[in-house]
Amino acid sequence: MTGLRGYRRPSEGTQPPYLHPPYRSSLKRAPREPLVRMEHTLSEVTGPVFGDDLADRCDLTRGPRGEALGERIVVSGRVLDEDGRPARGTLVEVWQANSAGRYLHAVDQHDAPLDPHFAGCGHARTDDEGRYRFVTIRPGAYPWRNHANAWRPAHIHFSVFGPAFATRLVTQMYFPGDPLLAFDPIFNCTADETARARLVSAFDWDTTTPEHSLGYHFDIVLAGREATPWER
Amino acid sequence: MGTLGATPSQTVGPFFSCGLERLDASDLAPPGVSGERVTVEGRVLDGDGQGVPDALLELWQANANGRYAHPEDTQERPLEPAFRGFGRVTTDGDGRFRFITIKPGPVPGPGGTAQAPHVAVSVFARGLQRRLVTRLYFPGDAHATDYAMGLVPPSRRDTLVARRGEAPGTLLWDVVLQGPGETVFFDC
Repeated sequence: MTGLRGYRRPSEGTQPPYLHPPYRSSLKRAPREPLVRMEHTLSEVTGPVFGDDLADRCDLTRGPRGEALGERIVVSGRVLDEDGRPARGTLVEVWQANSAGRYLHAVDQHDAPLDPHFAGCGHARTDDEGRYRFVTIRPGAYPWRNHANAWRPAHIHFSVFGPAFATRLVTQMYFPGDPLLAFDPIFNCTADETARARLVSAFDWDTTTPEHSLGYHFDIVLAGREATPWER
Repeated sequence: MGTLGATPSQTVGPFFSCGLERLDASDLAPPGVSGERVTVEGRVLDGDGQGVPDALLELWQANANGRYAHPEDTQERPLEPAFRGFGRVTTDGDGRFRFITIKPGPVPGPGGTAQAPHVAVSVFARGLQRRLVTRLYFPGDAHATDYAMGLVPPSRRDTLVARRGEAPGTLLWDVVLQGPGETVFFDC
């Protein structure tokens, strides 16, 4: 254990607070007691390793009986740490609404059509450069009753493990130029504007596929490693 | 120092089951895995004491030998191929969850101490913009010398320790997100 190096903590304002009153669901779910600060032990610098037992599902547009409706897009990028080192072979999971803004979920009551050819979920492990790539449908915006006439901007949920329990991250990817971003309490929860901007993907000519799909680039940056061990 | 800023966390929202169900693992200990089998049952509760029907717990633990299935655990203790040490369960309409695992062995802690057997737990839910991190400890162990437990005010330590249920091998442990009896969460 001597020489155990933890992972870095976020700078002030670069992660959302637990309690954010404009996001109503946080009111009864955010803890009121302060978090107990803990240095990372072997339990936090290790984490689950997923091998080839989980076959990749990278193309969300092909249902068992046909193709999903909507605007096809390619979403790709890298999973890195703050020092730019790739997270190799790490599991990336995605889920999203369909092009009409409806999730394939029993609780989603939005009056918009389901698409029998679109389940809206995928997963893949990153390659040696930390790269991932999904082919999907651009999700629609949807109403969510947080406040009067509340609409979530179009987004794709991302779940990433990284190398350790300490690096676990679930986030959302947004689309550039979406007018709803300015009004969304979930997106705007994070005080630091530069940090917030990392949630917005970039249109990408390089991955835009002729006669097929527009490309969007989205890198995910996980906590970096402390330079020095915390244990003396 | 880092040159790239880390990506902010965002809530899993209410509709995560489609994306995360493929890895659902409520039984961490398939037949053949050594150790004391336990079934952990409980509820995730909000500040009104209501069950949280859209929460997700992730579990991470060592095997019965106190060895993590991860390359940075270089202890000379045996690994078990059938034991990954990862679990993921969702709550039902009443906020209930249940998982089966084995009690992990003690793992090394700071300063040459041993950490009491524990499961590292991440809590995700609609309303939580970041996961909450807590730990599940086991009844009857010596917790006084445990590193993380030692950081917790004594009056709140029992929120981290499961209670024995009536059925043999059953442990009861609730996650209280807010209010009286609030579970201890770590800045981790």
